[in-house]
Amino acid sequence: MTRISKPLGRRMFMAVAAATAALFTLPAAAEEKADVAAIYTVPVEQQWVSRIHKALKAAEAEGRITYEFSENVANTDYERVMREYAEADKDLVVGEAFAVERAARNVAADYPEVAFLMGSSFGPAKPNFAVFDNWIHEPSYLTGMIAGEMTESDKIGMVGGFAIPEVNRLMHAFMAGAREVNPEVCFMVSFINSWYDPPKAKEAAFAQMDAGADIMYAERFGVSDAAVERDVKAIGNVIDTAGDYPDTILASAIWHMEPTIDQAIEDVASGDFEAADYGQYSFMAHGGGSIVIDESLVPEKVVEEVEATKQEILNGMFRVNVNDEEPSSDC
Amino acid sequence: MIEILEILANPNFWAATIRIATPLVFGVLGALLCERAGVLNLGIEGIFTAGAMAGWMAAWLGAGLWGGVLVAAVAGGLFGLLHAVLTVPLGLSQHVSGLGVTLLATSVAYFGYRTALPDVSSPPRIEPFPPLDVPLLSELPFFGPALFQHTALTWLALGMVVVVWWVMTRTPLGLAIRAVGDNPDAVDAQGLSVYGLRIGAVMAGSALMAVGGAFLTMAAFDAFFFGMVNGRGWICIALVIFASWRPWKALFGALLFGAFDAFQVRLQTAFGEEVPGQLFLMTPYILSIIALVVAARRADYPRALLAPWFKGQR
Repeated sequence: MTRISKPLGRRMFMAVAAATAALFTLPAAAEEKADVAAIYTVPVEQQWVSRIHKALKAAEAEGRITYEFSENVANTDYERVMREYAEADKDLVVGEAFAVERAARNVAADYPEVAFLMGSSFGPAKPNFAVFDNWIHEPSYLTGMIAGEMTESDKIGMVGGFAIPEVNRLMHAFMAGAREVNPEVCFMVSFINSWYDPPKAKEAAFAQMDAGADIMYAERFGVSDAAVERDVKAIGNVIDTAGDYPDTILASAIWHMEPTIDQAIEDVASGDFEAADYGQYSFMAHGGGSIVIDESLVPEKVVEEVEATKQEILNGMFRVNVNDEEPSSDC
Repeated sequence: MIEILEILANPNFWAATIRIATPLVFGVLGALLCERAGVLNLGIEGIFTAGAMAGWMAAWLGAGLWGGVLVAAVAGGLFGLLHAVLTVPLGLSQHVSGLGVTLLATSVAYFGYRTALPDVSSPPRIEPFPPLDVPLLSELPFFGPALFQHTALTWLALGMVVVVWWVMTRTPLGLAIRAVGDNPDAVDAQGLSVYGLRIGAVMAGSALMAVGGAFLTMAAFDAFFFGMVNGRGWICIALVIFASWRPWKALFGALLFGAFDAFQVRLQTAFGEEVPGQLFLMTPYILSIIALVVAARRADYPRALLAPWFKGQR
């Protein structure tokens, strides 16, 4: 009896010890990971949202967070999904409150222990509603300089989705950059009142090229496609699409959501999260915005000029002004 | 004024008009076919989406462009069958069933897309239908670029106008379809199947609608995006009334709307400084409403439209 039970007992002891250790260590390990949920009103393919999704995916892959998301959530349904994630005890809920500002703020107030980080045109709300936005007006200004230098007809076409502050300010920064290097330049602006209608964006781009635009500011999918068909150059926005449109994209102003997300995760983990404006983490100085230039298309002299201004921005010697007014054509 | 004349004198304006009109031509013809048989098909918006998704997906998976168009048509036909079964033999509300089909078809398209492509950051692109240069004619100074450099699907749309017109007005089948939408009892008395005719017409019409959707992803653009149909189906429902259920007028209505839209984007660029852009964005819809008000006064609608018919019941 004893002879058999002894080794068994030892094994039993080991198993129990291992199980106990696992019991204590597992929740501890899980607690370090923040539970993050994201709610998007559009599919994750959409340029803007894809940047947030990518940053959260990266944090998940590095084992820093658990990540769940709902995409294509109608604005009328947004509040419900927010509440569902809050009720599920998420640590951090990321999303976009543009069309549901009031409702989103009300939900956040009902769940003070959950941290909310929302894309918003307005300010943060105490105690737990922090905001961010794609503040890439700095790289947009730089891409504008390239467009201003490269245009031969001195006419630049711009096709946007909706004329909301997030779109307007990037357009204005781009226009300011172009005017800085080329006072002769004029702009054609049209909006298609849709985030997702590439055939329509394409038609708007064709219309501007018919009127003489030789560089297109591609705020929406479809514009670069039109540029390729007419052998015109384009400037990218938010994401780098140079690979999809070879010999077409002169430069792109890229948004990086990683600094914003990393800061938020850190603040949540350390318990320091508060209603703050995370917008600054999209600035170039924080690595939230960058410019990529196709140096095979842009002359070296122009690249150097842009690099110099970029350094000034990074050093804090040059500030790109913010203008949220709706831009209009002046050609 | 000079700007407006300049816009109209540019062949690219007319080319854009035809491009914008092409999906609408398919859609209006499809809606016309359904309604001529007495069935309103509000599933059109969803069927557009399903066709856009199915055609593009099939082409991307290697079915070829025409294979994709065929897959889109079959997908549209199946959603049409669903709508027809609900509204014809079961006699349910055509409005409710149609909206249900729109919701279902849209969601199925998105579901299929996301299931097949869970991780993409931008949708894969296909090689779309290229513009075809019609020999000799495409060389003409103004008419060449305006009329004779369109994709094969645009020519198919124009061909379908002729086919639908010929079938509806010159064949016994067309007579039977028109009769089933006007007086199903008479069709039944002739020994023809009311259910069969209506179901067939709705399926064929839905297939046309789906091909209109496929034009968006396979010729106008080269990838599928959520929400890219963007109300084009609803426009067709209005245009079919404008067209008074006649194929040639349907073509005219689609072209008129296309012209308004092509004009609107050009005006935004030309007069954006003086006039808010939203006003121009409204114009195609406002002009369509005005055209509809004028045209609908004399609209000759199918007498049995929306009325369910049950065998043996008077």
